[in-house]
Amino acid sequence: MNKILLIIRREYITRVRKKSFIIMSIVGPLLFGLMFVIPIWLASREGEEKIIEVLDDSGYFRGKFEGTETLSFRYIDKGIDDAKDDLKTKDIYGLLYIPKFDLDNPKGITFFGEKNPSIEVQSLLERFLKNEIEDLKLSRSGIDKEQLEKIKTDIDLNVINITEKGEKEGDVAIATAAGYFASLLIYFFIFLYGVQTLRGVIEEKTSRIVEIIISSVKPFQLMMGKIIGIGAVGLTQFLLWVILTFVIYQGALSFYDVDFSKSPQMEMAQNGQMVDSAANNEAMAEIFNKIDTLNFPLLLSTFLFYFLGAYLFYGSLFAAVGSAVDNDSDAQQFQLPITLPLILSIIMLAAILRDPHGDLAFWASMIPFTSPVIMMMRIPFDPPMWQIILSMALLVVGFIFTTWLAGRIYRIGILMHGTKVNYKILGKWLMMKN
Amino acid sequence: MDILTIKNIHKSYGDFMALNDINMSVPKATIFGLLGPNGAGKTTLIRIITQIIAADQGTVLMNDEPLKPEHIRQIGYLPEERGLYKKMKVGEHLLYLAQLKGLSKKDAMDRIKVWFKKFDIAGWWGKKVEDLSKGMQQKIQFIATVLHDPELLILDEPFSGFDPINVNIIKDEILNFAKEGKTILLSTHRMESVEELCDHIALINKSEKILEGSKKEIKEQFKTNIFEVQHKDLISEIENGFEIIKQEQLDEGIYKTSVKILNGKGPNELLRSLIDHVEVHSFIEKIPSMNEIFITTVKGGGHE
Repeated sequence: MNKILLIIRREYITRVRKKSFIIMSIVGPLLFGLMFVIPIWLASREGEEKIIEVLDDSGYFRGKFEGTETLSFRYIDKGIDDAKDDLKTKDIYGLLYIPKFDLDNPKGITFFGEKNPSIEVQSLLERFLKNEIEDLKLSRSGIDKEQLEKIKTDIDLNVINITEKGEKEGDVAIATAAGYFASLLIYFFIFLYGVQTLRGVIEEKTSRIVEIIISSVKPFQLMMGKIIGIGAVGLTQFLLWVILTFVIYQGALSFYDVDFSKSPQMEMAQNGQMVDSAANNEAMAEIFNKIDTLNFPLLLSTFLFYFLGAYLFYGSLFAAVGSAVDNDSDAQQFQLPITLPLILSIIMLAAILRDPHGDLAFWASMIPFTSPVIMMMRIPFDPPMWQIILSMALLVVGFIFTTWLAGRIYRIGILMHGTKVNYKILGKWLMMKN
Repeated sequence: MDILTIKNIHKSYGDFMALNDINMSVPKATIFGLLGPNGAGKTTLIRIITQIIAADQGTVLMNDEPLKPEHIRQIGYLPEERGLYKKMKVGEHLLYLAQLKGLSKKDAMDRIKVWFKKFDIAGWWGKKVEDLSKGMQQKIQFIATVLHDPELLILDEPFSGFDPINVNIIKDEILNFAKEGKTILLSTHRMESVEELCDHIALINKSEKILEGSKKEIKEQFKTNIFEVQHKDLISEIENGFEIIKQEQLDEGIYKTSVKILNGKGPNELLRSLIDHVEVHSFIEKIPSMNEIFITTVKGGGHE
C-alpha cells in the first residue's frame, strides 16, 4: 500500500510541476473568464457618444427621438445641402434626413454618413421610425394607444416541478445549459487525462524503466498508482480552474460594477443571456433565481462522482492500451474502440435532451460506457433517485471490471517489446496465467 | 549453503516453452555466471527469481524459503533492458527507486551520498536524467540496483554501454560485493568477464540447463589434454601415445606445436620425449576458454 502511495506521489508531483500543467491551469480559467469578460467589456466599451443630426422636413418626429447612452440626437433646421456639408466638417456620426412623406407609404428617409452606420445604430433608427409611424397611424385611425398596450399580452410559461418536497420552479434552458456543461467537461476530462495515462504507460515501456520498477512493486500497483496519480492531477486542475474562474469572474464583475450578487458558479449557463443584458439587472436576477432552482448539492456531488468514476473506468482501459503497444501511433487503432462510446454519448446528448426520462436516456445512463456523460445531462432534469444510485453502482462495478481487465493485459504487455499486437493476442494475454 | 535453489521450474508462453525443468543451485557469496545464447530462457528465469512473473511449475527457494514478497527487498535486479524516467532529477530518481524497495527516506539519502562519493559524481543530484550520457545513466542504474544493499544481486549484461574504464569500476564493485559475502548472479555474453569474475556457471540452451558447476570443475570436464610447445627445429616424429595436432612456424627455426596426450600418459612423459628431439622453449597446457566451452556445448546439440 505504501508503495502505491509512492507511485501516486511521483506521478502527481512530476506532472503538477510541469510547465504545461501550470500554463493550462492559468490559461483555462482565463479562457473561461474571457468568455464573460469580453461580452461585458464589449457592451460597456462604446463610451464615446455618437451624435446624429436629424433634419425633419415632415414635422412628424420633432422632439420624438430619445437619445440612448451612446447615441444622442440633435435637431437641425437648415437646407439638406448645408446639412450634408456639415457632415464633412463637424464631428458628427451621421445625418438622418426625413423628407415630407405619405404615412401609408414612408419612403425617402435617408441616413447620410461618412461611413456605413453600424447594424446596431441602423436597427435602432429603424425601430424608432417604425414605432413613431405606427403611433401616428394609430391616432389617425382613432385607436387609443393606451388601450392597445392593454390588449398586448406577454406569455412566459412558468415551469413548476412537482416533487415529494413540494413544488419548485424549473427552467428548461438553465437545466439544459448545466447538463451540457457538466457532460462536456466529463468528456474532455476523460480524453485529456485518459490519453495522459496512455502516454505515461508508453513512456515507461519505451524508456525501459518498467522492469526496474516491477522488480520492486507488482505491475498492478504500478498501473493503479499511475491511474490514481494522474486522476489526482486532473482533479487538482479542475479545482484550480473552478477557483481561478471564480476569482476572475468576481474580479471582472466588480471591475465593471455589475452586481449580479448570486450564484457565480453557473457562469457558463448564463453566458448567452449576459451579452445583451449587462444593463438589465432585473432579467439577470430572474436568471439567477432560476439557476438557484438547480439542485446544486446533487449536481456537484454527482458531478464529482461521475468525473472520477468515468476517469477510473476509461483510465484503466487507456493504461491497458498503453501497455500493449510500443509507441503512440500503434496506440491509435486500440484507442478508437475505447473512445467510440464516448463520442457516441456526446452524439446522443441531443436525443437525451428531447426526452430526458425516456428509454434511451434510461439505458444510456445505466451502461457504464456512456453513463457518466449521459447521466450528467439528465441530473438537472431531476431523474428518479433510484436511477442515479443504480447508475452509480453500475459504474463502480464497471470500473472494477475494467481495472481487472486492464491489469491482466498490463502485466504481460509492459514486458513485451516489438510484438505486433492484435486483438487475438490481447485475448491470449487476458487468459494467460501469471 | 545455497542462497538460491531452483527446483523443476517450467514456464511456457502459450505454445512456446521458455523453461523446461530447470534445476540449479546458486551458492552463497559467489559470482555465478548464468550463460546461454539469446532466447535461451535466461531472462525468463531471472524474472521468475525476481517475482516479476510466476513459474508454471516448480519452486525457487531463497535461503531455503520459498520465494515470498519480502524477498524482493533482498534482491537487487539490473535488467538487460533498462532505463530511467527521463524528466526526473538524478537524486529524486534514486530516492524514488530506493523508497520503492522499502528504504526510508533518510536511509536512502545517506546511501545515495555514499555512492555519489564513491563514483565521484557528487554534482549530479540536481541533473536531469535526460541530460546524462548513456554511460552516466548506466552508472545511476547500477547505483539504483545496489542502493538497498541486497543479499543477491542479479545483473543482466551489466557492462553493456560502458567504456573500458567504467567497466573496470563496475567489475571492482562486483568483486567487492562478493568479498562482502553477497551473491552475484551475472548474466552476460562477454565470456572474458565470465572468465575473469565467475566462480560458478550454469549454461542454459533452448530452455534447458545443459551445464552447471564451478568454473574449475567445468574446465576440468572440458580438458582436451592438448599441450602447446614452442621449440627449435621441426618435430618430425613422436612416440606412441602422443599425437601432433598442429605445427606452425613462428619465427625462423622456431615452431609451435600442439600435441595431444592420449590415454595413459602424462605431461611429464611428453616433455621427456620432446627433449630428446628438440630444444623446448615453452610448454603450456591448453586449457579451454569459457568461450570455447560455450560454443562447443551450445553447438554440440545441447545435451550432456
